[in-house]
Amino acid sequence: MNTTAQSEQLSVEHLLGIKELTAADIELIFRTADGFKEVLNRPIKKVPSLRDLTIANLFFESSTRTRVSFELAQKRLSADVVNFSSSGSSVSKGETLVDTVNNILAMKVDMVVMRHPDPGAAVFLSRHVDARIVNAGDGTHEHPTQALLDAYSIREKLGKVKGVKVLIVGDILHSRVALSNIFCLQKLGAEVMLCGPQTLMPRYIDTLGVRVEPDLDKALKWCDVANMLRIQLERQGGDGVANFPSLREYAMRYGLDLERYKRSRDAAGGKEIVIMHPGPINRGVEVTSQVADHANSIILDQVENGVAIRMAVLYLLAARIPRTAV
Amino acid sequence: MSSIPLLTSKAFGLTVERLCYQLIEDHGALEGLALIGLQPRGILLARRLRSELDRILGKEHLRYGELDITFHRDDFRHRSSLPQPSATQLDFSLDDRKVVLVDDVLYTGRTIRAGLDAMLAFGRPASVQLLVLIDRRFSRELPIQPDYVGRWVDSIGEQRVTVQWKETDGTDQVLLHGTGTEGREPSSLAQGTSADR
Repeated sequence: MNTTAQSEQLSVEHLLGIKELTAADIELIFRTADGFKEVLNRPIKKVPSLRDLTIANLFFESSTRTRVSFELAQKRLSADVVNFSSSGSSVSKGETLVDTVNNILAMKVDMVVMRHPDPGAAVFLSRHVDARIVNAGDGTHEHPTQALLDAYSIREKLGKVKGVKVLIVGDILHSRVALSNIFCLQKLGAEVMLCGPQTLMPRYIDTLGVRVEPDLDKALKWCDVANMLRIQLERQGGDGVANFPSLREYAMRYGLDLERYKRSRDAAGGKEIVIMHPGPINRGVEVTSQVADHANSIILDQVENGVAIRMAVLYLLAARIPRTAV
Repeated sequence: MSSIPLLTSKAFGLTVERLCYQLIEDHGALEGLALIGLQPRGILLARRLRSELDRILGKEHLRYGELDITFHRDDFRHRSSLPQPSATQLDFSLDDRKVVLVDDVLYTGRTIRAGLDAMLAFGRPASVQLLVLIDRRFSRELPIQPDYVGRWVDSIGEQRVTVQWKETDGTDQVLLHGTGTEGREPSSLAQGTSADR
């Protein structure tokens, strides 16, 4: 047919991190997600694109949102899905990661979506097994689909990402969301500022070209969007040292309540800040309920967009899998 | 590459007008009819038909939608290039409606098959018809035939048909490319304008 639609492909075979993507890749993912977002609003939310592919979801670390989101994305693309979580598996019997994955691949699986507590697990796997890997979070390293859906949600809310001032608040040290967000937002031309306790701020993080502001009120005055990261209680004090005295003190200095939201809005001349949170929310710590459920909070839009973004990523990676002759 | 016009601007306008009158002939006041343009190129014809029908009948007679079929294509992973999705705008249910799918050129029939598949996500129509501006007959790979045809053309595989629109290309015309490169004439061009097969 006489189609004038542009033809493009991703520049990567796996989605290991935002660092490996180009700005054109990210734009392509966003354009494709636009199409899937419309599909998700149809009475029948399913397309047949991936019906000949099988995807394994390997979650070596607990997850609700990301796992459900990936699984819905896969099912709406008509892929066959197998789920695996490390509890109750052979991993607890001492099997290595490569062995576990190769055993699953022996059952003819085309793509692997993996969350793992160790940084670099996805890159390692992509070098040693014959399947397309999607990183759903590897330790404190990257969480690329979260960064993509965050930037996509900003683009949807504000109409653009370029030039937008994004503040990331909280536990930067343990956050794969923060690192992926920094890479993604910078590639799209946004300005990024980080705010959090000195003990949770990685040393030399400013070499990435981000600003660091320890005072939340000053940072809020500057930003258009505030992404309030979750305090990762499960990763605190791993070295026997507490990174902050108490949750209450953290909430007082780095939590966002309605009073602080209004104060910073007035200080910035009435500018309404867009509130984001990657979830799960510790209500009353990072944000209070009044802020989380505020009209300018796009926390649930992030979750909704997550499915469309993951459909786009899976679809675009699948397009690069060569068809094997039967 | 040499090309010959299949429809010039004047004939183009007449053809679109005739297609409108054929729709009215078959469907009366177009009650319960839904005109659905297939993205990306079919929507230009569908929009033209809609404005022409509005002019003839007055406003608000038919429902109108645009459908993207990218994710329903059967050549995903069969070709090296990846088509980009366009917007779908279909804000009504197709349940019990008489649907007319609209595309610019009917060639292998695969786009229409994908369109039929994509359309089913929006309900179960009472009936579905197909309207095309150009029917490249004898090139079908699937058993799909149009109900309304602007112009038939007998062409061979290497030839290409392009439809140009005033809105996007500056002029209304249909061109057949790849003719006579080796002294090969296009096989007989159907001149008939009746859409009845």
